Amino acid sequence: MNETKVNNTSISKYKKSKFKLSPPLTALLIALVLFLLSGLLPNGFNSLSTAYRQAMNILRLASFIAIVGAGQTLVIISGSEGIDLSAGSVVTVGALITYMFINGNNQMILPILLIVLLMGAVVGLINGLGVMYLKISPFVMTLSMAGVVQGALVLYTKGYYDGKVAPIMTRIIARDLFWEIPGMIFVLIIIGILMSLLLNRTRYGKQLFAIGVNRLTARLSGVRVSSMVVLTYVIAGAMAAFSGFLLVGYTQNAGPNLGNQYLFPSIIAVAIGGTQMSGGKGTYFGTIAGAIVIQLITSLLTTMQLPQALQQIIFGSLLVIILIVYGRSKSLKA
Amino acid sequence: MSNPKKLNIGAWWKKLNVKYSLGLPLVLLIVTTLLSFLFQPNIFRPNVLSRLLTSNFRTWLPVLLVTIGQAIVLIGGGLDLSNGSIASVGNVILALTVVSADETGKNVVMVLAVIVFGILAGFINGVLTAYLGLQPVIVTFATSYIYSGLALLMLPTPGGAIPRVYTDVYRNTSLLGIPISLIIIGIIVLIWSIFRNRKYGRFLYAVGGDANAAYTTGVPVTWMKVSTYVISGLLAAFAAIFYSLLTGSGFSDSGGDMTLSSVTGAVLGGVAMRGGIGSVIGAVFGGIVLGNIRNIISSARINSWARTLVNALIILIALAGPGLLNLFRRKKFNERNKS
Repeated sequence: MNETKVNNTSISKYKKSKFKLSPPLTALLIALVLFLLSGLLPNGFNSLSTAYRQAMNILRLASFIAIVGAGQTLVIISGSEGIDLSAGSVVTVGALITYMFINGNNQMILPILLIVLLMGAVVGLINGLGVMYLKISPFVMTLSMAGVVQGALVLYTKGYYDGKVAPIMTRIIARDLFWEIPGMIFVLIIIGILMSLLLNRTRYGKQLFAIGVNRLTARLSGVRVSSMVVLTYVIAGAMAAFSGFLLVGYTQNAGPNLGNQYLFPSIIAVAIGGTQMSGGKGTYFGTIAGAIVIQLITSLLTTMQLPQALQQIIFGSLLVIILIVYGRSKSLKA
Repeated sequence: MSNPKKLNIGAWWKKLNVKYSLGLPLVLLIVTTLLSFLFQPNIFRPNVLSRLLTSNFRTWLPVLLVTIGQAIVLIGGGLDLSNGSIASVGNVILALTVVSADETGKNVVMVLAVIVFGILAGFINGVLTAYLGLQPVIVTFATSYIYSGLALLMLPTPGGAIPRVYTDVYRNTSLLGIPISLIIIGIIVLIWSIFRNRKYGRFLYAVGGDANAAYTTGVPVTWMKVSTYVISGLLAAFAAIFYSLLTGSGFSDSGGDMTLSSVTGAVLGGVAMRGGIGSVIGAVFGGIVLGNIRNIISSARINSWARTLVNALIILIALAGPGLLNLFRRKKFNERNKS
């Protein structure tokens, strides 16, 4: 008697969840509606080709948020308040190293890319060690690492930086590759596929979700939690540095605040994409969808030519509304 | 068996550390204060110490208030990334409206309006996070966009002038050599310590420690959490008032730096970000430590390009302190067990 009752409730729960839209899909639907709305604006698109070009442009801008969000997704899935606030500064430093040392030379791309990745990995390693072994909470650990990285940058450049991006990077990242699709979008697709494989098809991915849900049970079932967490921060640092490398290929110019404008959008993208901030659940597909939503809102507000203050207020309110629609966590009563 | 006096100190230290998690913040406070004195050679001349206290605490008070608010939210298991923006709005309102010392009635109303705004903004944060169950990191960041947008909307370019009469009172008043800003901190800590030892305080730590367990034992978890955000908003409003008195003018991003340093200050003060651990007096210590570090760097004649790095490194080392001690202790413990 009792057993059938349990079964019934679990089946009804399953049925209910079947008809519910998953967060990434909801985000994409929101994005589509927003995009169509932007067409109605007086200075929006009025033909199919401009609509296409605008869509591509938004996708390209969103791809930077999404790629910064890749490492962020991993760190947040790893749970225990995991978050990487140093990503913004790492993006900046990655971009500046690329800008200053490649100096327009195609042959320098590979060695510099390696150095950039290494730099990100080292920052991630320090983050991971601090979080795991010194038990500093990720928020303040990565926040103060952001200060250290930014400070090192200021000390090294002394406010002066000069350089040039390599022509090949411009060709691939900033211009259209073919069919008027920017190369950046292909980069995003490749990273998206790699991230999905990493999360769903590898041992690392399985263990990452396991430690995100419950570190103790993960440890008891044989996951080496400490090295997993450190590795996750290392990957996140390297990914952030790599996005700096890509970003400077698009902007063609680097400044001391290049990366910081991507930090919080990347975290918001992860949240909008349905990844649980408490860890253990999430997809990279969702982060990409979230990035597109954020970029669309930003572009929409810019096209409407509202003053900065109103843009901020509307952006914040929309964000709150989106989060209310599906970002709610389990209530205590359930 | 060993010296009883020594044992006593050990027990006292343990109680301080374990029960109040105040040990390391206290050490940091003493060390940084002594270091900052070291760079002020004529500290023992009459009036110098008093003047130093006045000028330091009147600058720190806004950040300290916001840090106290942040600590209370953190203890309750939340996070408030909008407190700086709330302070910005308050600062802008005051800079725009409090322009003449003759209209006392209107000025009082405006100060009350700022306080009401702070409470309201905190209440919104609380409802969104506690009642609707949204993630505090994201949602208070989203509301911070709204609040700082409001501030920018009201005051696009820095400006406004608070009457000198008011600012002088805040900047230079002291009772028995203790500056008014320090007295305000003392009053707030005192009020908090009353609440801390009653039902409210016990509920708060229970909620932050384990919300589910607190819920099953009948603690009104949701409303406890909402109340922490309201307190944070209220203290941000106070911060706005004193910031306006300090600078005498308005700036739409005046609270921008406060948010993150409030989190760092609270954590340096022994407040755990996962909730349920820490104290308000610790948060005050943490905030003062941050201020001391900044003072030391500016008076130690460090190369100006290196200041950001040195500041961040010192904060990082201070944060790493308890963890390093624990690592060391665990190693010693293991060695003792082996032999």
